[in-house]
Amino acid sequence: MTLDKLGIGKYGKIIAVRGHGRLRHRLLDMGLTPRVVVHMQRKAPMGDPISIYLRGYELTLRLEDASMIEIEEVSL
Amino acid sequence: MIIALAGNQNSGKTTLFNQLTGSNQHVGNFPGVTVDVKEGIYRSDKSIKIVDLPGIYSLSPYSSEEILTRDFLINEHPDGIINIIDGTSLERGLYLSMQLLLLNIPMVIAINMMDEVFANGIVIKTDSLSEFLKVPIIPISANKNEGITDLMQAISNLVNNRCAPPKQDFCSGAVHRTLHATAHILEDHALRANVPASFAAVKIIEGDEPMMKDLALGKNEKDMIEHGIVEMEHELSLDRMAAIADMRYQYIEDICKLAVVRPTTDRHHSRTIKIDNILTHKFFGIPIFLGIMMLIFWLTFGVIGSFLSDLLSSAIDALAKIVSAGLTSFGINPVVESLVIDGVFAGVGSVLSFVPTIIVLFFLLSLLEDSGYMARVAFIMDKLLRKIGLSGKSIVPMLIGFGCTVPAIMSTRTLTSDRDKKMTIFLTPFMSCSAKLPIYSVFAMAFFTQYRALVMIAMYLIGMLLAVVSALISKKFVFKGNPIPFIMELPNYRLPTVKNTMLLLWEKTKDFITRAFTIIFIASIIIWFLNKFDIRFNVVQDSKDSILAVIGSLIAPIFIPLGFGNWMASTALITGFMAKEAVVSTFAVLLSTGMENISGSLTTLFTPVSAFSFLLFTLLYTPCVAAVAAVKRELGTKSMFVVVLLQTSLAYTVALVFYQLAILIR
Repeated sequence: MTLDKLGIGKYGKIIAVRGHGRLRHRLLDMGLTPRVVVHMQRKAPMGDPISIYLRGYELTLRLEDASMIEIEEVSL
Repeated sequence: MIIALAGNQNSGKTTLFNQLTGSNQHVGNFPGVTVDVKEGIYRSDKSIKIVDLPGIYSLSPYSSEEILTRDFLINEHPDGIINIIDGTSLERGLYLSMQLLLLNIPMVIAINMMDEVFANGIVIKTDSLSEFLKVPIIPISANKNEGITDLMQAISNLVNNRCAPPKQDFCSGAVHRTLHATAHILEDHALRANVPASFAAVKIIEGDEPMMKDLALGKNEKDMIEHGIVEMEHELSLDRMAAIADMRYQYIEDICKLAVVRPTTDRHHSRTIKIDNILTHKFFGIPIFLGIMMLIFWLTFGVIGSFLSDLLSSAIDALAKIVSAGLTSFGINPVVESLVIDGVFAGVGSVLSFVPTIIVLFFLLSLLEDSGYMARVAFIMDKLLRKIGLSGKSIVPMLIGFGCTVPAIMSTRTLTSDRDKKMTIFLTPFMSCSAKLPIYSVFAMAFFTQYRALVMIAMYLIGMLLAVVSALISKKFVFKGNPIPFIMELPNYRLPTVKNTMLLLWEKTKDFITRAFTIIFIASIIIWFLNKFDIRFNVVQDSKDSILAVIGSLIAPIFIPLGFGNWMASTALITGFMAKEAVVSTFAVLLSTGMENISGSLTTLFTPVSAFSFLLFTLLYTPCVAAVAAVKRELGTKSMFVVVLLQTSLAYTVALVFYQLAILIR
């Protein structure tokens, strides 16, 4: 599945980051690299963007960009 | 000795910079770098210059800030780097450190927010981290001024001994082999381009285009490097970009496993979640934001600000009366007395009395920014802003624009796409800056006493409404294409420190007072002079015969269709281009009146309808010189002219349509 489909409060482990160029590089720079576990925090009032918690901080990104990130749901 | 401060956004860089430099700081322009960086002198050792670089997450060339930092570090060769990291999100901070370490510049890592780290129950073994990274690591709490002396001691020692971080391998296996091979191939080119080979090698593998250009590799070398990279990609089944990022984070995870102990719950973040459950709530989030903005304007205009301003303006008027009486009893030449009272006191005083209001506005906006709420505004507003072709990040410059357009335009550097940056800069002047506030306030008082607050709020709302309309039109015809991805850190909520807030307020106050006594002072004297004498330099009895009236009358006809074709209004608009608050000071000088009576005198020049038309024009016409210069710095001369012409013609059209319709209806 992809990150945009992850339910609120659920955990996901990143498998791969798709996309290309600057967007992809930014995602990788911000720590969204394979094997890292992210925790879905919330959706913005209008349903988009979303906010996730990883590597000790909270990050917001749009559903469209989150759909580039392939994950598998894990339970902690 | 020049020390550069580099670190993530929100890592406490500005706080550290303020602690280090006190008030010894100014915005400097570095040769070769076309944008401004803040620089200051270390207060305990005047030979050390501190340069505050923009907050970044990586040294990739993807935003103007990253490029600025990179160019500064590579081209300006600072003597040392202080890399500041937020201890509560150590991993992401170290990601940047691993790139900085390759630059072959003496470096110290400062782990900031140690008080929060401690309160959170996180243990960071700085000694063992330091052993891994082979640079000194100093724990600090910038806002409590702890560890700063140790930090400066450490970096000066390194710089004095010219002790750059030793070369080291952060990885093994395929990435390691490829890095070494690449560095070996491009070594000569890197030497010629004056960049460290290991840094160049990582960047080339990442596919960094500016680095490719700088090194000017031959075809043969490019092929060899490419061959190595493809082999690496094959072996790891990861592409080059992911392989490098993965290598860095892998190394960081490995050393953090040994050097950092984290409790299972993040207390600070739990508190942030609780606050966000309210502030970014599905139904209440947006109403709360609108409520906060209304509260800010209400406090500024309704309660604190206007009360303080009224107090100050009465004090200034009282002082003017005393000075006037003193000068008269001294028997001074009446022309000189007129210069002091009608020129300087009227002009400078009219601007000074608004300083409290402006300061209150800046104070409240700074609370939004420093507490971390501004990032949430971007989060909740992104979807709406996307509808008009922008991203949530654009909300920050726009909100700052209510304070002053200049820092607002400068803050657009955080936007990673030129398209968004340009569009945001074009829209920022629609947000009424605080210098326009005196104009609205004086006119509302004079013509719409009963609906004073309503008229002022209307100005702000009309500005925003026209911004949205302009955005929709330009999205359709000018700025086509998609907005940038919106990827942003949501920092934990923090209480803004008293010291930082005070320092910011002091800077703004100083700025406004300096302007009052320089630009406004000189402008007031010039206006007074042109208003006092005729073209043969005789003192005029009636200002209708003055030089200014002659010049003003030449321009005034242009504004007849707008309802304010008198020479005083045209003059005020021209001086308003120097600084918006000068519109009010010009009227004060021309009507030779103090702040207490200015409203009354204005009614001789305007009707309520023409006054509203004048307000619409001042709301929208060209930003002041300082803001126009900021636009030029960010976007170039052509865009600068576009902004000036576009805003002015829009102002003319809107005021024209309003005035003509209004008199038609009557």
